[in-house]
Amino acid sequence: MVPSQPTAAESEPDGLEDRLRRFATIWSRAIFPATATSLTRPEFETHLLPLARELQEALHAHPFDTAPATRVGTALVAAHCTDPEALGRTLGVVDSYLVLYCGMEELTAEDNRARCARLQHSLAVGFAQALRERTLSEQEAIARSALAARNDAEDALHATQARFHAVFEGAAIGIGIADLEGNVLEVNDTLTQMFGGLEHHVRSRNVSEWVHPEDAAHVWRLYDELVRGEREHFRVEKPFYRNDGTVLWTNLTLSLLRDAEGTPQYQLALMEDTTERRLLNLRLRYEATHDALTGLPNRTLFFERLEKTLSAGGGARFGLCYLDLDGFKAINDSLGHSSGDRLLVEVADRLQSCATAPGEMVARLGGDEFVALTTGPDTQQGVADLASRILHVLATPIRLEGRELTVRGSIGIVEGPSAGRSPAEVLRSADITMYRAKAAGGNRYEVADPEADARAITRHGLTTALPAALERGEFFIEYQPLVHLGDGTVHGAEALVRWSHPQHGVLGPDRFIPLAEHTGLIVPLGRWVLEQAVRQAMFWQRQLPEGALGGPLRINVNLSPTQLHHPGLVADTVEVLERIGLPPGALCLEVTESALIGADEDLLKPLRQLAEMGVDIALDDFGTGYSNLANLRRLPVSVLKLDRSFTQGMQQHPADPVDLKIVEGIVALAHSLELAVTVEGVETGAQAEHLRRLGCDTAQGWYYARPGPPEQLHMLSLADAV
Amino acid sequence: MERPAWAPQGIDISMPSVSRIYDYYLGGSHNFEVDREAARKAMGFMPGLPTIMKTNRAFMRRAVKFALDEGITQFLDIGSGIPTYGNVHEVAQAGDPEARVLYVDHDPVAVAHSQAVLDGNDNAAIVNADLRKPGQILNSPEAGQLLDLERPVALLLVFVLHFLEDEDDPYGAVAELRDALAPGSLLVLTHASYDGVPLPQERTGAAVAVYKDIRNPLVMRTREQTARFFDGFEMVAPGLVSMPHWRPDSPADQEDPYAFSGFGGVGRKA
Repeated sequence: MVPSQPTAAESEPDGLEDRLRRFATIWSRAIFPATATSLTRPEFETHLLPLARELQEALHAHPFDTAPATRVGTALVAAHCTDPEALGRTLGVVDSYLVLYCGMEELTAEDNRARCARLQHSLAVGFAQALRERTLSEQEAIARSALAARNDAEDALHATQARFHAVFEGAAIGIGIADLEGNVLEVNDTLTQMFGGLEHHVRSRNVSEWVHPEDAAHVWRLYDELVRGEREHFRVEKPFYRNDGTVLWTNLTLSLLRDAEGTPQYQLALMEDTTERRLLNLRLRYEATHDALTGLPNRTLFFERLEKTLSAGGGARFGLCYLDLDGFKAINDSLGHSSGDRLLVEVADRLQSCATAPGEMVARLGGDEFVALTTGPDTQQGVADLASRILHVLATPIRLEGRELTVRGSIGIVEGPSAGRSPAEVLRSADITMYRAKAAGGNRYEVADPEADARAITRHGLTTALPAALERGEFFIEYQPLVHLGDGTVHGAEALVRWSHPQHGVLGPDRFIPLAEHTGLIVPLGRWVLEQAVRQAMFWQRQLPEGALGGPLRINVNLSPTQLHHPGLVADTVEVLERIGLPPGALCLEVTESALIGADEDLLKPLRQLAEMGVDIALDDFGTGYSNLANLRRLPVSVLKLDRSFTQGMQQHPADPVDLKIVEGIVALAHSLELAVTVEGVETGAQAEHLRRLGCDTAQGWYYARPGPPEQLHMLSLADAV
Repeated sequence: MERPAWAPQGIDISMPSVSRIYDYYLGGSHNFEVDREAARKAMGFMPGLPTIMKTNRAFMRRAVKFALDEGITQFLDIGSGIPTYGNVHEVAQAGDPEARVLYVDHDPVAVAHSQAVLDGNDNAAIVNADLRKPGQILNSPEAGQLLDLERPVALLLVFVLHFLEDEDDPYGAVAELRDALAPGSLLVLTHASYDGVPLPQERTGAAVAVYKDIRNPLVMRTREQTARFFDGFEMVAPGLVSMPHWRPDSPADQEDPYAFSGFGGVGRKA
């Protein structure tokens, strides 16, 4: 309803309009504190003015109608006067001031009061209706909002759950949830598949049923800690039985799930199937630790096992057989490698059959080298039995390409307490011992012996030290005089090489010449000795007056079998002689009788060439080997050096008559072949006298001089000269 | 365990909500019995609570008008609660129909209700986000649509910061918002305090305890502590004062004694 415009008269002070304003002001003051409006007081008062006018007009209206008052009540609620206090105060203001300020003069006071009362009733009705409507609609709105919010939340929850479900079901890892008693509540498809595909087999189980013999020792302790709430999670590698009894290997992460208050509620298992990876690892491990040819454990695995055995404490013992086939190289060379391989496979199978007891193991170290390891209470007997069994199974011939091959082997045994030895030491000892068995003819076993080991180890040490020793000048030469038995004058000297070893002191040739022979170092060493000796001889020739001693001093140099075979022998010798200027006739090369046994013309050719040049060739150690006397005349030899064993019988008095006869015969034989005779090992004057009478030409031995520096010989020569 | 960001927020209308309690103080019916029960309990200790809320509303209205007078037409109202009447968008859009208002609340019912109220208003929207994570607010699509952060914004933190405990780092949150705003932006802030309450502190404290009971602790801060929120802002006259003293429309001496509880102020980012 549009309020009527105030006239000029009404606007006058104390006019109707002014009174209306004053009414609104009173009304506003009364209810403003009870409203929740954000309007300011003046705004609120302005807001009430039209309502006041409506009441005034309703009071005056004809016919009288209370509907405007109802609307005013409604408008109050709309102006956020929702506090019932606002109604009470409004009614109070209307009751006290409406008639007073806006009363109708035409009506009696009583009628005014009656109208005013009815307006109040209607205003209250309007207010109550509006408040009720507003309350209901606001309640509905907030309920709708709450519902909407809840729906949103549920949608979001649903979406989240759907995502979770997708993650749960689609995960590549197995996921399972169980309560703290271990009852499996939920598993995903991946986990079910891991266990063999039947969900109820997994879901109906209890976690504690999944004990597996190969569980790590601490798994179930960790589990108990977790379900007791003492541990948040742990990760282990754990095997399970699948439904079909096969083994499932997993990387398992178990976590404790707590509720919002932190109380443990569930256990969550995340499992990754590692069975295949594990198999692959096992296969790779197998391949890395087994010999591809024979399928036997290889060197790596053997060393691991040996190491484990040797680190076992508590007085444990072990026994080891180190087997090397005898003559395998020849088989390989003659029948070919594939046959050799088949032979090795057969040997491996047989060896495997020998070591079937717990604690026994056979491995192939490489080539035709095998080892068998045994542990147990009585390895002393056990390892010998094992070695016997091995030799026994090898004794049966092996059929290969229609042939029957007899394979034999040499075994080195090491047995003893596990403690205090390294795998390398044990194997070296076994290796050395095996070589002893081989040296003793093969097809046998030998038991390791610390002394033999020590010797071999020294030999080994010397062998490896030889080349450096030559470079460092650790060798030197001593000279032992050769004396004319006829007149006692110095005839020459034998050059004898010595090694001044930094640790072992001065070593004689017997300690290292065989090693040098073996390694081939004898060739450069021999050349060095020859050059030193020739140089020394040249020095003597220059120092001593020509002819003063009944001829120039001669020098004897030993020639080893390897040197004899060396193609450079003649050229090297000639080169040395020419370079230094010593006449070939002043050099005598000593060759052992054994080196020339069965020598063919090819071998003799270089010696013959040297002899033709004038170099003397002496047959050393004569009489110790199998001397083919008939052959003697064929050799390019000019001197026989009689072994000391013939002259030992002459040291005593009276001299052994048989020895005398033998030596007499040899001298006669030699002289008839125009060979000079030199005797070694002369230690007494009686010996010397006997030998002189028997017609020997020259002698050497302690009776005259021990081997010594070149100056010693110089002095002797000068003494002779005097 | 803390709820992860992607997990939905639960709706539990059996728990009182501070927005609905506020609505009840203002005479609204957008509330449930649990809310009213809590409100009546607090009012039992502090009968003037509705007056304080009404004073706060009046302050906000004056501050929005002040911002419009300053030429600011963008409003970011965080902790807006249940919209009833005299809301920021109503006041602002009454002054400038093009004014843009972004409301923020983390009460899902308040958000749903705001969505219903704002339906059809292209220049106003509500974001469900938390003041503790200003990034969520600033990076929301609604903020991108409604607010031009290159231009000044009036940031309204009206009766909301006292619901953030110190471990929530309310100062850090305000600073982060401040740093995102263009120079000339305004911070409109009101905050509860024991200062100015016409009651012994124990009695006020009992009302405060009600909020603690409903797991929405009310953190009363001193004037000095409240002033720290304006770090980086220049205070607009008359500064941080009790709300009726801030640019009043009518003489402050007409106000109810409760109206002087707490502080209000406006600052301008340099």
